[in-house]
Formats: sequence, structure tokens, C-alpha cells
Amino acid sequence: MSVFIVIVSRLAKAALTLLAIAILNFLLLHAAPGDPALVLAGEAGAADEQMIAQLRERFGLDQPFYVQLGKYVGSILQFDLGYSFRQGAPVSQLIMDRLPATLLLTLTAFVISLVFGIALGVGAAARVGRASDSLLTTLALLFYATPLYWLALMAVLVFSVWLGWLPGFGYETVGANLTGLARALDIGRHLVLPALTLGLFFMAVYMRMTRASMLEVSQLDFVKTARAKGLSDAVIRRRHILRNAILPVVTLAGLQAGQLVGGAVLTETVFAWPGIGRLMFESLAARDYNTILGVFLVSAAMVILFNIVTDIVYRIVDPRIGARA
Amino acid sequence: MSTTLSIEHLTIDLPPGADRPHAVDDVSFAIDKGEILCVVGESGSGKSMTANALMGLLPPGVKVRAGRALFESRDILKLPEAEKQALRGARIAMIFQEPMTALNPLMRIGDQIAEVFAAHDRFTTAERRKKALALITEVGLPDPEKIIRAYPFQLSGGQRQRAMIAMALALEPKLLIADEPTTALDVTTQAQILKLILDLRDRRGMAVMFITHDFGVVAEIADQVIVMREGRVVERGTAARVLEQPEHPYTQRLLEAIPTGKLPQARAVPQEPALEIKALRKTYRTGGGLFKPVREVRAVDDVSLTVARGEVLGLVGESGSGKSTLGRTAVRLVDPDGGQVLVGGTDLAALSEQDLRAQRHKVQMVFQDPYASLNPRQKIMGALTDGPIAKGVPRAQAQSRARELLEIVGLGADAAERYPHEFSGGQRQRIGIARALAMDPELIIADEAVSALDVSIQAQVLDLLRDLRERLSLSILFITHDLRVAAQLCDRIAVMQKGRLVEIGTVHQIFLTPQQDYTRQLLAAVPGADWADSWQQQAAGA
Amino acid sequence: MWKRFSSNMGAMVGVVLLLAVIVVALTAPLLFPNGPWQMVQRPFLAPMAVDGLPLGTDTLGRNVAAQLAYGARVSLLVGLVSTLVALLIGVPLGALAGFYGSWVDEGAMRFTEFFQTIPNFALAIVLVAIFEPSLASITIAIAIVSWPPVARLVRAEVMSVRKREFVDAARLAGLTRPRILLTQVLPNTVSPIIVMASLMVATAILLESSLSFLGLGDPNAMSWGYMIGAARTVIRTSWWLSFFPGIAIVITVLALNLIGEGLNDAFNPHLSRRRARAGKEKA
Repeated sequence: MSVFIVIVSRLAKAALTLLAIAILNFLLLHAAPGDPALVLAGEAGAADEQMIAQLRERFGLDQPFYVQLGKYVGSILQFDLGYSFRQGAPVSQLIMDRLPATLLLTLTAFVISLVFGIALGVGAAARVGRASDSLLTTLALLFYATPLYWLALMAVLVFSVWLGWLPGFGYETVGANLTGLARALDIGRHLVLPALTLGLFFMAVYMRMTRASMLEVSQLDFVKTARAKGLSDAVIRRRHILRNAILPVVTLAGLQAGQLVGGAVLTETVFAWPGIGRLMFESLAARDYNTILGVFLVSAAMVILFNIVTDIVYRIVDPRIGARA
Repeated sequence: MSTTLSIEHLTIDLPPGADRPHAVDDVSFAIDKGEILCVVGESGSGKSMTANALMGLLPPGVKVRAGRALFESRDILKLPEAEKQALRGARIAMIFQEPMTALNPLMRIGDQIAEVFAAHDRFTTAERRKKALALITEVGLPDPEKIIRAYPFQLSGGQRQRAMIAMALALEPKLLIADEPTTALDVTTQAQILKLILDLRDRRGMAVMFITHDFGVVAEIADQVIVMREGRVVERGTAARVLEQPEHPYTQRLLEAIPTGKLPQARAVPQEPALEIKALRKTYRTGGGLFKPVREVRAVDDVSLTVARGEVLGLVGESGSGKSTLGRTAVRLVDPDGGQVLVGGTDLAALSEQDLRAQRHKVQMVFQDPYASLNPRQKIMGALTDGPIAKGVPRAQAQSRARELLEIVGLGADAAERYPHEFSGGQRQRIGIARALAMDPELIIADEAVSALDVSIQAQVLDLLRDLRERLSLSILFITHDLRVAAQLCDRIAVMQKGRLVEIGTVHQIFLTPQQDYTRQLLAAVPGADWADSWQQQAAGA
Repeated sequence: MWKRFSSNMGAMVGVVLLLAVIVVALTAPLLFPNGPWQMVQRPFLAPMAVDGLPLGTDTLGRNVAAQLAYGARVSLLVGLVSTLVALLIGVPLGALAGFYGSWVDEGAMRFTEFFQTIPNFALAIVLVAIFEPSLASITIAIAIVSWPPVARLVRAEVMSVRKREFVDAARLAGLTRPRILLTQVLPNTVSPIIVMASLMVATAILLESSLSFLGLGDPNAMSWGYMIGAARTVIRTSWWLSFFPGIAIVITVLALNLIGEGLNDAFNPHLSRRRARAGKEKA
């Protein structure tokens, strides 16, 4: 029952957060220089007079502020994110079309960075002070300082332009009309560079964190107890240190999910990956604020989802929390 | 009797840059089968390092330089790591000081016990479980079926230490090393654990190396004693001999420093009250979120007591008795739920935040932790003058008074211009006392003010308090968990349990004719109580 | 403190690199009096192809070396100022929440959590897009997305310092709460704040360059991210146009991270694991 209550309260909190973001969106629209109707319609000239009049009515732009807010939030609650005059389609539809590609990219990058980051962190901690540890920490420090988008560009240059090993552009081979497994493989080949370049930065983050956490936990009293029992170092690391050390990394991974989703804007831009990040980039040039804010709302929703998942994982790993709740 | 462990000329190096070259310097001793050897010393004496060396668990940078340790006819200091590992937990087992942190928080107790068998490849999984249950029963843990599935956070400190002992006993080791295993526990729990170790020694005939700083504990369980100081053995002998005829001056000092049953002469104390606490109540509520039930703990439950002018009243109790909450409520660091705290006719409990600030100086406090009670970024002068200046004393006057007080507590006036990190623990407690005195309080509350100090330092601070009591006719509410310490300094003692005042009386009344069961229980649990009794009879006879 | 810091090789490398970047930024107008925008040669000149243009020219024939030097000014300025603004928001909020607890804490933390949930780069994009790209809007946007970790850190530190006995002693001395917070508690939280601030400057520089890369840079200020963004489409033919600004970013950010780590080790010597732990026995 406690798990159920936890999930319900988390969902309630998530809903409140989304509502707050919707209100923030509304305030931002009004803060933008110029007539909100024109802002909503995109750059002047993209929509005709009649459409703008329609917009005014729909959002009650000649009515009091709170009515406008109510109408705006109300429409978002029905997943009506407005209409993109630039693209000539409802924003929600644009986003739904692009969302699978973003989910594929971010989830792959998330898994890669978490798995390899933790594995490398554990390895580095086990060899602390030796050459292999220094090499790993230095590399992590370097990737930690490298702009995502630049790394992506350089990867395209080396692996796509110079070596020709992997496609550096798009989601699948255009015009190949592949189906089934062949198509999946084709998408997979296109996915390698974007997912790796997006994941590398976060891999560096998780590796550093895991290493530090492993070293910290290995100083704790219960590790000495485990040694006094006559356990081997490998068993101590696996059974005692790792599980305790991984908890803060999981927490961090949940918090960093927001950055991962944000980072996808850059990766998708470089690789012309047809996700919501690329959609946002295209809308920037067109000043299509409706689409920009829509993508913003949906990416926030994605982050909240990531957070709930990490929360649940945390509860499974740590027996103390469930008992306290 | 056969010798289980024999250590010869053991020397352990500290890493370069430490305060001395050797952690342990040319130490030799032996433990026989079925014998308990107590290794006694203050912090930094090298007693724990000796134990860690035997287990092959020395911290990085610390190395055995010379000597041997013969166990089962092998020198265990020179064994390859794999053989040391096979020895650990199987032939030699160890338990530690902090039961709260010595167990893996994410692993069930049963698994942590069964792991010992797994580490040494003994038994099948089902047998391991059965053995774990038997061990849990043997160390006296209640409801073994439940304990085996419990996580450490669900157990009390004493229960965790029992679980640790169960693990240590799993493979019937010939030698048990116990590193201050009862220091973190309450007296009554400590008495139970000591009894358990004695029982197990009798039943299993193992040798025990018991590390402690407390001669009371020594009197309770030791057969043989060695006393260590700065890495060297300064005295060795049977427990009876060392306790009754200590030869080395350091041992004599340690023993003198220990509050025994030697009760001080009762003093005549004036009856005028400095502090009157009337029907004080404080309840802590935790939880109480949307879905959580409220848990209530009555930390202070309708307590009334009086501290007379010039009197030292000891407030004694185990952890969770509410003694500290009472002290903190009396100075309004904690707001009471009800009752009065009368100081010089003013009810501190009833004042508003602003009025209170003007009256704060009347009751001051000396704190427990010498490392947390001074602001590391403020010079001592600031710590001693902030309060007086805030209450309106001119700066120059406050500063000269601060220098004077530093002289009085034995530090010298130039201490004022230094930062806290330049002082030792005992010196910091002196500064804490000077800070309290700087406010010219009507009463000082000392909250476990000597508990964090080594025995010999503790004695010096107690001497200072005794001296100040005479010179300044101070009124002190002295909060402590240690009855022996209270006996040394106090005129009267109040005993608290679970938020209630159990008994209050003069030191002689409490020690010689306790009226309540709980007080008798506490007195019986004091380590070395019997031994102290013999002193007491001598004192009474004299 | 300084001794521990200066004996840390990584930190000293960081200091040297950062000083180099600062010197370049300060001397840019002397080295390249014509500014970064002027056409000096024909476009797409490779590095070293022409004397006086060691890094070549860009798509419009502008001097890449001059662009890099002026870009350093923008990066450092935005990094520094946005971090200061973030500290101005985060430190007071975290300090009040941690010190006063109860509903102040509850409110402040809900607010902070909300901002932490929002994907910060996406929010920065939205803010700059809506308020028109300029150095001011970029700096403010970065500050707005960077303060929550500061608030959390300061709150945690204040809460732990607040529990220490010297704070109780200050209350018993009759000091007012604001005075206790300012003179007793906050001074003890300075070191972790400094460490975090140095790492934040690094992150801010990355953020600024990312925004410029997407075309959200100040149109009147040359920046490294803008250079890479502008050269993105010609990467197949003129790789150096995106390569060098990227290296400049890596060097600057790396230097700041190294300094931050060095400060952290210097402030917390007992946590530093590189040196052998001085063996003081815990009895």
C-alpha cells in the first residue's frame, strides 16, 4: 500500500509541476516583446489577419489576464499546444511525430552512459592511483570539458567524412525503403554516433561520481567488518561497496536527466536527427514560439518521467526508504 | 594453559609526517587459551593499531616494521595475503566500536552472518541459514526468525553489537579481538554485552584481546592487563595486581582519574534557589505527513527540580532519557510545551524571543563536543566577547575580562588571539567554560561536558570545575551519562528515565541507599561496580 | 591552504591555462585592433596558408585568430557574470531555507525543485529566444538555470553548520538570528561555495557556447559557439573553422574544472585520496 501511495503522490506532484510550467509558458508568452497574438502566430506575415483575430478570440486576449491564463492552461490540459503557422500543423501533432526519435536517442544515450559510466567508475576505483585509473580520470575530465555539439561535429568529421564508417546524418537512409530487421539495423547504424556523442559527456559524469562514491564507501566501517570476515576483495567490492556506492549515482542520474534531454537539442541539430530537439532548433530560426514552448513543456514532462523512474529504482535498491515511508 | 597468541617485539611505522615515527613500539605480550587480555590506553596509544596489524587490516601507509605474532605456530604478520584472508573470520575474529556503522545497511542480518560461512566455503546454503539462526539465538537476540530477515536500521545499538558478535563467533575462532565494543553503548547495554562476552569465553574457551580505555570495564572482565601509552607498554600484570597496586605513574594517574566509588565529603549548600524547574514538559512529534502517523516521544515529562545557589546538581540518565532535552529546554534552545523555568524570579519559558535575548546571559551552557562548540573561523576573543558586548558591556572591558577568564581556566591571556584549531580537545573545553563565565551567569548547564575527553584530560577539566565551584560559588546543572563522573563533582544527583525524573537525592543517598529499582539497576551496570564497592568500603571504614 | 593547492599538479596546470586565456582576452584589442568582424583576406583560407593568418579565415574571409581572441572575452565575461548572478539568487535563498527551516524551507525548496526539474538548457533556449539574444539576456538566462544547485548546496551546508554547538552558544550569547546567520554560519560555508562557483563558471561557458551555436548568441559579440555554429555546414571542406574554437572551449572549461577540483582537495585535505592518510589512530 505504501508503494501505491508513493506513486500516487509522485504523480500528483508531477501534475502540479507540469501545471506550473504551463503557467510559466503563459507568462513568458506575455513577456515576449510585441502582441501575444503575433507571437503565437509566429513571425508577422506567417498568419493572415483572420487567423490572428481567431487567436485573439480563442485565448481571450481582449479579456482580463486571469481569463486568458485559464483558457491557456485549459487548452494545454487537453494537450492542445496550439498551432504552428510555420509548419502548418498543430504543435501537438508535430511533437508526437518527432517524439519517438528523441526517446530512442535519449534512452539509448542514458543507458549507455549509465552502464559504461558505472562500470568504468568501478574499474577506476579498483585501480585507484595506478596508471589505468589516471588515464580514465583524465579522459573523463576531458570529456567533461568538451561541448557536446563540438564532439558530435568532430565525430561526424572523423567517422563519417574521413573514414566513412558510419552515417553522420539523419535517422535512416533516405529512399532505401527498408523494412523489418533491415530497417532496424539501418536506424541502429544512424543511431551510433548521436547516441555515443550525447552519452559520452554523461558517461564522464557518472564515471567520476561512481569512482568517488566507491572510494568513499570503501572507507566506511562495514567494509572493514567485511574484511574482518575474511571475504575477498572482489566479493567485498561487489556485495558491499558497489550497492552502497551506486545509490547516490542513481539519484544524480535522475537529476541529470534534464540535462540529457536538453543536450538532445544540440545532438539532434548536428546529426539532423528528426526529434523534438531538432524541431525546437528549426522553430528558433522561424521564431515559432508556440512550437518552442510546446517542445519545452514536453521535454519537462520527459524529465519528470525520468525522475519518477529513478525514484522507484531507488526505492527498490534501498530497503530503508520503503520502511520509513 | 596453552598460549594462543604471542606477540614479540612488534613495531609499527606511521607514515612520514605523522606526529611520531611509530604507532606501536617494541610491544610484546601473550594471550592464553580461555583468557581475556585487556589492552588499556587513551586515544593515540597504539592499542587499535596492534589489533589491526594482527588482522592484516592496517590503514594504507602504516606498516609493520619489526616483530612477530605467533598464532597456531605461524607468524601471522608475514603470511601472504591469501592466507591472512583465510585466517580472518575463521581463526581470528574481530568486533568493532561503532555498531551503528559496522554493519552493511543494505544487507539483511542473516545474510551478513551467512556470508562468513560463504567466505570460507563452509556448509550448504540451507545449513548456513540454520547456523545463522543458532548463532542469533546464542547471542541472545530476540525472535531469531525475524532478526535474520531484518536490516541493520531496524535494530538497536546493543542488538547490532550482538549481531556483530554472532558473525565473529560463526566459525568458532580461537581468538576474538574486541576493539572498544561497548564504548558506544549505554551502561546497562554495556553490562549485558560484557556479560555475553564473558559467557562465550567460558563456553567456548577462546582467547579474547579486549581493547578499552575504561578501567571500569577492565575490572569487570580482564584476567590480564597491559597498559599502553604512545605506542609502548608501560605496565602489565594480572587484573587484580594492576588495579590494586599499579606500579607505573601513568597507570596510577589513569586509575586516580577514574571516578571510583570514593564519594566526596558532602558540602553544606545554601538553600536559596538559582534555578527552579516546575512541571516542565516537552514532546517531540515526528512524521505526521499526509499519510504518515504521528509518533510522539515525551522527552521531558512533567519534571520539577531545583538547583540551589552554589550547588552542583548532577542529571544522570541513559541515551533517550531526556536529560539533554531538559538542559536545552532550560536555556530555551528548545521551546517547552509547558511548565516554568525560573531564574532569579524570571520565567525564561514564558519570555518572547526579544525579551529572552536580554535574559539569555543568566543561564549559560558548556557543550559536549569540543570540536563543534567553537566557531573555527572566529578567534577566541570573539567567542568570549560577542555575548558580553551584545548585552551592553563596553568592548574594552569585555576584552580585558576575557583575558582574565582565560587565565582563570588555565590557558593564559594570549590564547585570545588564536583560532580554535590551535587548541586540543581539553583546552577547547576550558575555552567553552570561559565563554560561559564571560556572561556572568547565575547558572551553568554542562551538557556531557567531559564525555568526549580522554580519561586523564577529563580529570583535569573536572578539577577545574571543582576549583571554579569553590572560587566563584557557581551553580551548575551537570548533565552526564556517567554516574561515576557525577559522583566526583556533584552535591546531589537526579536520575532520569524516559523523560521522567526517577529519583533525586544527595550523592551519598543515591549511591548508598538508592530508593528506586532503576537507580539500583544503573548502579549495578556501572562497569567495575563491585571493585568500586571495595574502595567504598575502605573509604567508609576510614 | 595555498600550499596544498599549489602542490596539486592538475590545479596548477589549470591556473596556467586559465591565465593564458585571460591574457588573450585582455590583449585582444591590442593584438587585433580591427576587431573580429572585418574581412581581411579571401574566405576559407587554411591555417598557415597566408602569413599573419595562423588559423586561416572563415566563410566571410575574417581572421579566425582574431575571432578566437575576442570570443575569449565573451566566454569569460558571460561565465563570470552569470555565476555571480546565480550566487546572488542561490546563496540567500539556500541560506534562509537552511537557517529558518519550517515553512520558509518548505517554500524555498519547492521553488528550487521546480527549477531543477525543468530541463535547464531547454529553459535557457526559451528565455533567450523570447527576450531576444543579447549578452544581457544570455547571462540572465544562464543565471536563472544555474542557481538551483547553489541554493541546495548552501541550504545543506547551513543546515549542517546550524546544528553545531557554537551556533547554540551564539544564541545563548544573546545574538540575534540574522547576526548569527551572517557572522557564525555563513562564513563556515564559504569554501564549498567557492568550489562550486569555479565549476559553475565552466558550465556557464559551455552553456553560452551552446546557445551561440544554436544561433542564440549576441549578434554584436563574437563568440566561440557562434564560430562553430557558422562553420557547421562547411565542416566537410573547412574542418579547422569548427576545430579551433572547440579546442579553445575545451581548454578554458578544463582549466576551470581543474582549478575547482584543486580547490576542493585543498579545502578538504582529509577527503583527498591521492596522498597517504596520515595515520592517526582512532581509539
